[in-house]
Amino acid sequence: MTTASPASGMQGTRHADPLTRNKRRPRTAVEWVLLVLASLAALAVVFPMVLLLLNAFKSPADYANSNPMDLPKAIDFTGLQDFWSRYNFPRALWNSVFISGMVAVIAVVISVLNSFAIGIGRVRGRTWIVLLFLMANLVPQEMLFDPLFKLYDKVGLLSTPWAVILTFVVIQSAFGTYLLASLLGTFPKEILEAAAVDGAHRRRILRSVVVPIIRPTLSVLMVFFFIWTWNEFLLPLAFLNTQESLTVPLVLEQLNGERQTDTTTLIAGTLISIIPTIIFFLIFQRTLTRGITAGAVK
Amino acid sequence: MTQAPETTRRRRPPEPARIPQRGNNKAGYWLYLIPGFVLLAVVILYPVIRNFRLSFYHWRGGRAEEHFAGFDNWIALIHDEEFIRSFTNIVLVIVAMVIVPTLAGLIIAAVLFDVVGRRFGARLASFLRATFYLPQILPIAVAGVMFAWILKPNSQGVLNQFLSTVSGSTVEINWLGGQYSTAMGSVMLLMIWIQLGYPVVIFMAALQRVDPQLYEAAELDGATWYQRFRAITLPMIQPEVFVVALTTTIAALKVFAPVFILTAGGPAKSTYVPSYYAYIQFIKGVDKGFAAAIASAVTIVVILVAIVFIRVQTRMERKEES
Repeated sequence: MTTASPASGMQGTRHADPLTRNKRRPRTAVEWVLLVLASLAALAVVFPMVLLLLNAFKSPADYANSNPMDLPKAIDFTGLQDFWSRYNFPRALWNSVFISGMVAVIAVVISVLNSFAIGIGRVRGRTWIVLLFLMANLVPQEMLFDPLFKLYDKVGLLSTPWAVILTFVVIQSAFGTYLLASLLGTFPKEILEAAAVDGAHRRRILRSVVVPIIRPTLSVLMVFFFIWTWNEFLLPLAFLNTQESLTVPLVLEQLNGERQTDTTTLIAGTLISIIPTIIFFLIFQRTLTRGITAGAVK
Repeated sequence: MTQAPETTRRRRPPEPARIPQRGNNKAGYWLYLIPGFVLLAVVILYPVIRNFRLSFYHWRGGRAEEHFAGFDNWIALIHDEEFIRSFTNIVLVIVAMVIVPTLAGLIIAAVLFDVVGRRFGARLASFLRATFYLPQILPIAVAGVMFAWILKPNSQGVLNQFLSTVSGSTVEINWLGGQYSTAMGSVMLLMIWIQLGYPVVIFMAALQRVDPQLYEAAELDGATWYQRFRAITLPMIQPEVFVVALTTTIAALKVFAPVFILTAGGPAKSTYVPSYYAYIQFIKGVDKGFAAAIASAVTIVVILVAIVFIRVQTRMERKEES
């Protein structure tokens, strides 16, 4: 856990000296075979997505008469258009962005507040407090959905984004609290003392000293909270019941559940639903790979 | 990630970091916990307590009255065929989400780091790593719909069409709805596909912590790749293996979406997992008390597993230190 500082990233791949010597040795046949095997495995992983790409642009007639492995005869947007307009994809996309974005920001704020009290304030019983927060991450969602459904129904939050936002702020900030509390537990004392000597107030220290120093970790957390919330399924399925409130995974699930759905619409819909994630992945690839390893090891 | 754990631990100041205060108002820190506590109480503690209590009642839901049932629901649970089946399925889920990805992840990470990264360039290695990781960030529901399309039962299914082309005769296997073995196999395949990238990324980061000179020395001594893997790599990245096993086991116990999307528990309720069973019982069951008992049972198992794992980990750490 103490390794959370994302500054120590994946740059390690580049330590040079012993490796350059290694590289000069000619590559053996075994090494080539291993490379080919690794590449084939990677290809197998992306293969379903390649299949989507091959078939999303076929017209319904073309799809019915061709093999899924064939290239489309002509680029056709029927499926895409059908999905886009009939299921109001832009609306679902906005819902997903709004919910995930709100959760990412609010959950980070809550994580910082919690971990400031636990890691720097060292309040009594902090180990237990961290464990209590971690409960939010451990409890299976089917334990939550029925009571929360009734609660949100009573206060009128059902089928609004806030039902999902509120829930996932708690679930995500549990992990954030756990990670940041141990990071702040090792925060250099000298800095805090210097700030206090300069007359900074506690709130001021949090805002102008602590937060700027741990900002890289906070941005990693934000990226992860966003993507975790984006991918959630069970609780959004339970809380969002009107067509306007659905998120991207829910719209796709709805489409999948309808018997008379045209297959090309389904394929095109799946492809569009993947695209935002892929774009996000390309933008934040480094942050993501850095982030998963943060906090992995005590 | 290079050697970070040791250095940070050593750098830890003898006294904990604390803002020196004029006067003793350490209690002021509790104020910062208030929003977190309030939210936690409403969103997590209230439902957990309510459902746990409900597991000792019979309740039809809605405006119906609750009737105290004692341990009725819990006893019914032990004898409930679907509940037992859902937990035996979890064993297979653990195979697909924990065991296979961890073992395959070890091999892939070792090959990518040791062979591809060192002999063919770090860039290619991180490209392949990203490819393996990609399914991890797709929404599981979307991945599920994609697999459902590939596994369609009639001659429209991609896999069936492929098999038809290869074999020359029409193949129409009902992968998801036909029989238990293909349905559960499909669900497991989806889980492996999703999970694989997680251990690959974690283990590759861990491998960077290993001192390359150790490998060099072993190589000079004539150790084979496998001997190096056993003697150096595995012990060094053991903490990561542990973390991956813990987090994925907990995820496996809570698994829901792959089953919901691919099989909806079918055929004939054979692919039920506890989460899905609890969900269905809450929505369609006649006794929400029984549904609450299922959910409570899963919660207890998850927390027990987490406690056991953390216990074992602290014990191992202590052994290392002494």
